[in-house]
Amino acid sequence: MADMQENGIHIEGLRKRYGEGDTAVDALKGVDMRVAPGEVVGLIGPSGSGKSTLLKCLGAVIEPTAGRMTLGSDVIYEDGWKIPDLRALRRDKIGFVFQAPYLIPFLDVTDNVALLPMLAGRSNAESRKRALEILDALDVAHRARAMPSQLSGGEQQRVSIARSLVNHPPVILADEPTAPLDSERALAVIRILNKMARQYNTAIIVVTHDEKIIPTFKRIYHIRDGQTHEEVGEGRAFE
Amino acid sequence: MISLAGRDILHAWGKFVFTGVGLGLLIGVTLTMAGVYRGMVDDAKVLLSNSGADLWVVQKDTLGPYAESSSLYDDTYRGILGMPGVARAANVTYLTTQVRHGDRDVRAMVVGILPNGPGEPGYLVAGRQITRSHYEAVADIATKFKLGERIQIRRNRYTVVGLTRRMVSSSGDPMVFIPLKDAQEAQFLKDNDAIINQRGRTAANPAFNRPGVPGLLDAVIASQSGNPFVNAVLVQIKPGFTAEEVADPIRRWKRLQVYTRAQMEEILVAKLIATSSKQIGMFLVILAIVSAAIVAFIIYTLTLGKIREIAVLKLIGTRNRTISSMILQQALGLGVIGFVVGKISATFWAPMFPKYVLLEPGDAARGFIATMVICALASVLAIRAALKVDPAEAIGG
Repeated sequence: MADMQENGIHIEGLRKRYGEGDTAVDALKGVDMRVAPGEVVGLIGPSGSGKSTLLKCLGAVIEPTAGRMTLGSDVIYEDGWKIPDLRALRRDKIGFVFQAPYLIPFLDVTDNVALLPMLAGRSNAESRKRALEILDALDVAHRARAMPSQLSGGEQQRVSIARSLVNHPPVILADEPTAPLDSERALAVIRILNKMARQYNTAIIVVTHDEKIIPTFKRIYHIRDGQTHEEVGEGRAFE
Repeated sequence: MISLAGRDILHAWGKFVFTGVGLGLLIGVTLTMAGVYRGMVDDAKVLLSNSGADLWVVQKDTLGPYAESSSLYDDTYRGILGMPGVARAANVTYLTTQVRHGDRDVRAMVVGILPNGPGEPGYLVAGRQITRSHYEAVADIATKFKLGERIQIRRNRYTVVGLTRRMVSSSGDPMVFIPLKDAQEAQFLKDNDAIINQRGRTAANPAFNRPGVPGLLDAVIASQSGNPFVNAVLVQIKPGFTAEEVADPIRRWKRLQVYTRAQMEEILVAKLIATSSKQIGMFLVILAIVSAAIVAFIIYTLTLGKIREIAVLKLIGTRNRTISSMILQQALGLGVIGFVVGKISATFWAPMFPKYVLLEPGDAARGFIATMVICALASVLAIRAALKVDPAEAIGG
């Protein structure tokens, strides 16, 4: 784990082809990306550029066609999955933050967050303790017993971030996490993600269309026609 | 690990409870249907037990006296009393008819008995047994007759002197016991016009009205006016004899049909109420299918409403087993709620039925297991839908 936290996520020549023959579509055409621990990078691109496909490949939800993907020192994909239990990989090594918070509506805030460590086999007490620590770090501990429907949009997104962090994964994939939020709350979410990335030494990839948060990234990957181009961002709000 | 199913049920308890109540009423009807069948079987057994007989002697080649009509001469019992192993034998008649009580009719089985003989009600809840030879009656409390009230059976009026309970026919009609002679008369009595007409016909017949044979016509008319028939002879056997040991000589020497308790039960349960039990069985099957369809539909709909949450759960690493278990537990939870509501409902409304409804704990246990199995099977559709959910659905694009 420590090794993973030292190396972050690294992908080389990642390809994804949908379909076969004449109808085949190359969604990713050799993507290279490296995100260091504690770093937050932006992944931007127009619709159909391959953002979601890349995110799904990184999240071990769909299988790439070729390339190499490493998490820390572990190769997780190289012309085939190298990890037998992708479900456990997603649970323990990858955090997800979605466009909408997608909290489980019938679990309170604490249990929404504590569910992941519980699924990983930790005791209920330990899982809840961890959840409360993360919620406290995200300033939503006072809403620990509330149900998701009782939270504001910003609070829900913070709980969602807490859920993604609770197992201390080396990488977090955030899929347009600020889309439903106004500028102030959107910037607050990005600020939190940066803080958490530093605090937990986590590599965070933020997929976004949101013009107001793009200037906050220090590094940005542009994706177009299935290929990425790296550029240096402004890193405005966090200096 | 927290119970996802339990939390979901608690979160949407109103939906679950109302659905469970609806399902429960259906289960209540199912349990009641089973209770109706059990009640019919119990009525048949009670009928046999209350008769106090070990053997039923009836007309040869009939399934009488309950499943088919049977007619024996009323002096047959004398010969039976002399057979080895017979302790007591008594004539009995059965007639299902409308009994007039004030300005209303009560459908009842009128039983003609000899006081202190087999066939007399075993116990009374009020009053006394019949002691006079005429115009006294002992009635089951289901008739709602009161002690001292006057009832009318055919042309004669009777005073209710005793009340008994759980004395019913195999079809659940309450019994009214009257003296044997009255019952024989009630069974075969013609109206006055018919009697006059019959006497006229007999007198006009030269074979019966011969000049020079005084008394012939009177004798023929007397034989036509009386009723020397009963439906069965109830026999109690002496200690040390088996039913078959006593029945065989009666069959052989008296040329009569004799049924033991086991045979009579077989006739009542397997033959008399066979069609009814098949009818009820069909209802139970249909109700089970309807219950399964309802549970399947509800659980499937509830699951479809959680597709996004299921996708998220799968994405964050929840095992298929955990998700399947959540859906299965919800289906079983619905079944438990439904069964509890159904059992309470059936227990509440069973006494209101006009016929006896017997809710047996064994049926309740079987009903509970069937409900759980049905709910488990009904959840398969929803589990399949949930397992097909792609975790990628949680990620946009």
